Amino acid sequence: MATYKYHILVCGGTGCQASDSAGIIENLKKELEARNLQNDVQVITSGCFGFCEKGPIVKIMPDNTFYVRVTPEDAAIIIEEHIVKGRKVERLLYTDPETQQHISDSKHMGFYQKQLRIALNNCGFIDPENIDEAISRDAYLALGKVLLEMTPQSAIDEIKKSGLRGRGGGGFPTGLKWELASKSPGDEKYVVCNADEGDPGAFMDRSILEGDPHSIIEAMTICGYCIGAHVGLVYIRAEYPLAIHRLKIALDQAREYGLLGDDILGSGFSFDIELRYGAGAFVCGEETALIHSMEGHRGEPTFKPPFPAVSGYLEKPTNVNNVETFACIPIIINKGAEWFASIGSEKSKGTKVFALAGKINNVGLIEVPMGTTLREVIYEIGGGIKGGKEFKAVQTGGPSGGCLTQKHLDTPIDYDNLIAAGSMMGSGGMIVMDEDDCMVSIAKFYLEFTVEESCGKCTPCRVGNKRLHEILDKITKGEGTMEDLDNLKNLSKVIKDTALCGLGQTSPNPVLSTIDNFWDEYVEHVVDKKCRAGVCRSMMRYVIDPEKCVGCTLCARNCPVNAITGERKEAHVIDQSICIKCGACKDKCKFNAIEIK
Amino acid sequence: METIKINIDNKNVEVPKGSTILQAARMNGIHIPTLCYLNLDDMNIENKPGGCRVCVVEVEGRKNLAPACATECLEGMVIKTHTTRILNARRTVVELILSDHPADCLVCAKSGNCELQTLAQDLGIRQITYKGAQSTYRMDTSPSIVRDVDKCIMCRRCEMMCNTVQTVGALSAINRGFEAVVAPAFEQDLIKSSCTYCGQCVAVCPTGALTEVDHTPQLIRDLADPTKTVVVQTAPAVRVALGEEFGMKPGTIVTGKMAAALREIGFDYVFDTDFAADLTIMEEGTELLDRLTRYLNGDKEVKLPILTSCCPAWVNFFEYYFPDMRDVPSTARSPQQMFGAIAKNYFAKKIGVDRKDLVVVSVMPCLAKKYECGRDEFKENGDPDVNYSISTRELAHLIKQSNIDFNKLPDADFDNPLGESTGASVIFGTTGGVIEAAARTAYELFTGKKLEKIDFECLRGLENIRQATVDFNGTPINIGIAHGLGSARKLLECIKKGECNLHAIEIMACPGGCIAGGGQPLHHGDASIIKARHTAIYEEDKNKPIRKSHENPYITKLYEEFLGKPCGELSHHLLHTHYFDKSKVEICIE
Amino acid sequence: MAKIKSLDDLRKVKSELQDKIKLRENANNPESMVQIKVGMATSGIASGAKEVFNYLSEELPKRNIDAIVTQTGDMGYCYAEPTIEVTLPGQEPIVFGYVNVTKANEIIEKYIKNGELVEGIIPKNYKSVE
Repeated sequence: MATYKYHILVCGGTGCQASDSAGIIENLKKELEARNLQNDVQVITSGCFGFCEKGPIVKIMPDNTFYVRVTPEDAAIIIEEHIVKGRKVERLLYTDPETQQHISDSKHMGFYQKQLRIALNNCGFIDPENIDEAISRDAYLALGKVLLEMTPQSAIDEIKKSGLRGRGGGGFPTGLKWELASKSPGDEKYVVCNADEGDPGAFMDRSILEGDPHSIIEAMTICGYCIGAHVGLVYIRAEYPLAIHRLKIALDQAREYGLLGDDILGSGFSFDIELRYGAGAFVCGEETALIHSMEGHRGEPTFKPPFPAVSGYLEKPTNVNNVETFACIPIIINKGAEWFASIGSEKSKGTKVFALAGKINNVGLIEVPMGTTLREVIYEIGGGIKGGKEFKAVQTGGPSGGCLTQKHLDTPIDYDNLIAAGSMMGSGGMIVMDEDDCMVSIAKFYLEFTVEESCGKCTPCRVGNKRLHEILDKITKGEGTMEDLDNLKNLSKVIKDTALCGLGQTSPNPVLSTIDNFWDEYVEHVVDKKCRAGVCRSMMRYVIDPEKCVGCTLCARNCPVNAITGERKEAHVIDQSICIKCGACKDKCKFNAIEIK
Repeated sequence: METIKINIDNKNVEVPKGSTILQAARMNGIHIPTLCYLNLDDMNIENKPGGCRVCVVEVEGRKNLAPACATECLEGMVIKTHTTRILNARRTVVELILSDHPADCLVCAKSGNCELQTLAQDLGIRQITYKGAQSTYRMDTSPSIVRDVDKCIMCRRCEMMCNTVQTVGALSAINRGFEAVVAPAFEQDLIKSSCTYCGQCVAVCPTGALTEVDHTPQLIRDLADPTKTVVVQTAPAVRVALGEEFGMKPGTIVTGKMAAALREIGFDYVFDTDFAADLTIMEEGTELLDRLTRYLNGDKEVKLPILTSCCPAWVNFFEYYFPDMRDVPSTARSPQQMFGAIAKNYFAKKIGVDRKDLVVVSVMPCLAKKYECGRDEFKENGDPDVNYSISTRELAHLIKQSNIDFNKLPDADFDNPLGESTGASVIFGTTGGVIEAAARTAYELFTGKKLEKIDFECLRGLENIRQATVDFNGTPINIGIAHGLGSARKLLECIKKGECNLHAIEIMACPGGCIAGGGQPLHHGDASIIKARHTAIYEEDKNKPIRKSHENPYITKLYEEFLGKPCGELSHHLLHTHYFDKSKVEICIE
Repeated sequence: MAKIKSLDDLRKVKSELQDKIKLRENANNPESMVQIKVGMATSGIASGAKEVFNYLSEELPKRNIDAIVTQTGDMGYCYAEPTIEVTLPGQEPIVFGYVNVTKANEIIEKYIKNGELVEGIIPKNYKSVE
């Protein structure tokens, strides 16, 4: 067997694949073979490294060189320079935005320095399609330990002690959930993994499934043993073909090794996992809706109780956990509940994965200990606001969350603090906004999403959200009244108070939090008919400064709706009743005579 | 019974364990408004999706409001049902529903009988704060049912009836969010679905989204046409429910007033479907006896059990779902169609009117009857045996339009010869009645002895599936009864598997039978109304001087004068039918 | 692959597989490892650096020494090539010159295993190559 002197890890996550990381791998292999180095250097397709902003990423071990934005054409130079000559390819190294220095080792990058990877432990480190690599990184050891050395209750106690809470958004204590399902009478029970990731921009579950599928299989099997289930179901959205592909490979490999199936590791315990595909409805992330969808019914929630732990899939006791929650289980068993509980804040233990997006330098997937502040995440990990603009707000918790502002920047992130601040953890979406974002439009954007994704079962969500959206639309068009603002507040509160499921109960959060934190902006829209961010087009007025206008007629000739009139060599005027605010005149004017008011 | 202690509106009360907040409130005289909720308790029909959110209440320790209909009381629970927070929420929710509802109450079929309208009035809603877009759909008119889905409020009652109770599956929620609505698959027209037209969706719809096809304008036109002779037949179940539309107690028998009103409206002949029901017993009973005798004599080819065939929705059901079993039900036509055939082929000649000029109208508790009379096999050269069928509700409207003071009408009799009937035919109106009527006649024909005890108590009741063994003078006859198509499906599956040792089965599509049909006055979720009608049916039977179909003198006369013998050649032509395979529902996505 | 039938089996499989990924594991914790950089510029390769690099990469795992062996460009000591830089955990890097396979063996046995200095040390007057 050859001893490889170098391992080249190439990100094979969905994002980097879209930028042809497969081409990079192919070319790397070709270049190696051309130099007869294929036995010295191993090329591995790994899961996501998280720094998607800079993808595709190629990492060279053992010297930890981190190449960013690599193209297939770069393969030759990487092999020739780095592998053959031992010289780093400077132009492919990451440049620190502040110091403008190249940083070769990811450990020294701001993006990674504050991170602690537990759920993402193996993502970007192993080949997810090779169970051997997972096993060499302790996969299935926790399962063996639980099956052969622990009782179901002692394993549940361990999870309880760890303080792990549901990562899908609800934050319900995982150990307690397992205990409820284990105490529910019945021979037939189910373990369900919720992989119906639906928050716009969130992809933590997908990355885990793509990068470390065995952790989920192992955790589900452990859960099955704890609650007394023999069948696991992964409800995964059909739009995740790569995650499905890797999960299927992992399932086959686990079965082949006897780590899934009958009499696992000689324990006498049997468990197997099936896949169920979702069609991407956001509401199917809600566990009762998810269960109905798996049963072949319309994916809509039902009132709890009964909780799935009592009556879930096929009316049998069912435990539903999210992917990221499951990903924490094996490591808790391996390293112990105390270790896990030592990370994080008082009531939120461990780490949380966030999908950083928006007006931020380092877009990507990050994992930080609970209790890390928003400031650390946005400025240290995220590298601050793009283009040196002013930070305005950060939306956490996806469409169900709220917008937090400057005054919340030093809030340590955990379940309770985010709720107290008027937002929520959600599944971990984090979208950063700057001075160019209009908060009314942001609220409208999120409402558009919930209106689209509501199942339509209960009145407040079906009709109420539609009306919220209509009022917001009216305000952004400059047609809002103060009464609309009152109605907006009342309606938001009633929807929160009366909606059937989590989707409806949280859908007004973006409205309420922007009203709380950016009330002035709402009033400006309504009273002054002004959008300070310049986003709401219908409120903008293009005006020609008669002092600056020389009457060149260029603007008039370029106006698509003939809204500009004026004699040659005299100041021109824009007829506001005709103007469609396209901005063509301003772009064309050579004398800077056209202003937006 | 185990009880728990709760506090509701500052009152400490004890309620049975497992009660919902709504039940607890009702037990203690507290009215919580509801909209989507429906509970016909002992008929196993319940709808509580918790969707409308009108019944929300405050539960101490809960951060949001809880739906009273779906929240179970727990020991020590502290509940408030009418705080200002709740009033505001409830009003807002109802305003939201109204904001997506056409405000055409003036011309809505349900006006005055609409649960949404009542709710809006009860809550004192005078304006709709949250105006906005309204969802619009095309109007869908089938032979029996009109779907005006703009008025759908997503209460899901119809869906529950169609799927859970009837297992027909023609209606279900489709689309998402604001576009969500209950409709046939792919938003097709009902006529292209597997709808049986049982009308149970209409019976529970709280608004005007689902209503019957209104035939009264056509009827008035025909009544006004001097060249037409208009005869009317009234089904057994109509007479025990019609009174409700005029403020009478449920279960009031208004046979005489109904006949008087029909005559006053201007029908030329006021007849009774009950007459045809007696005729049905003669035909179906003969068929049963024939199959039974052959079976008892060892004929292996004979199909048993025999299934009744007077319910058109049931006929549709097996044509859609059990087409391979269509040789099992009796071939006898329904009473409505037997009446039509006799009226047009016998009575028309008798009074010297061309069948084209004779308009046969039926008053039915049923919406499937509207569809049934339009079936091609019940027409002669395009002329239907029954021209149209109106529901009990439509008749009530007609009586009101005609300015008839129904309550003060003196009782009148039906006309002859097609108006005479027996107690056996009356009980056709409720579950178990047809088979009991058949048993009364079959017993005497089979044994040649006089039936001493006319009341077959063992065949009565409201349980969904019932079985009983009747002693035919030493020969035990096993009888089954199912009402509600879901129950029918269960029985049919038993028969299919060969696990059924029954000789005769009665099936009614509507839970409760015709008394709870889709054309009856709306029960608005009050099961006691259905039970009162049930009791009244047997009351009417008891008061009849003749209680066995074969003793109806006009029936005897009809056979002597016209038909010859039951199941004879003319009967076969006029009173029997055949069934079709409709399992291939055509799906076309537009 | 045969089925893994017990926890002991699994542990055994794991320890067998671990070597395959050791290189990556070690790279994750360089501070606690022996780090060796082999000067591999053209002049280094010409003078036999490649053989030394291969020898070290293969021998160290065999002798159960957790080490990271990487190559680097010209170290600036062309006269003494091949050169290698060895950093023991928590210690200053030391550069050895004129390293061949025999010398490399000596460095492993004496310096890396026991901390004994061997001949051929080049005085450290340069900045470690990143």
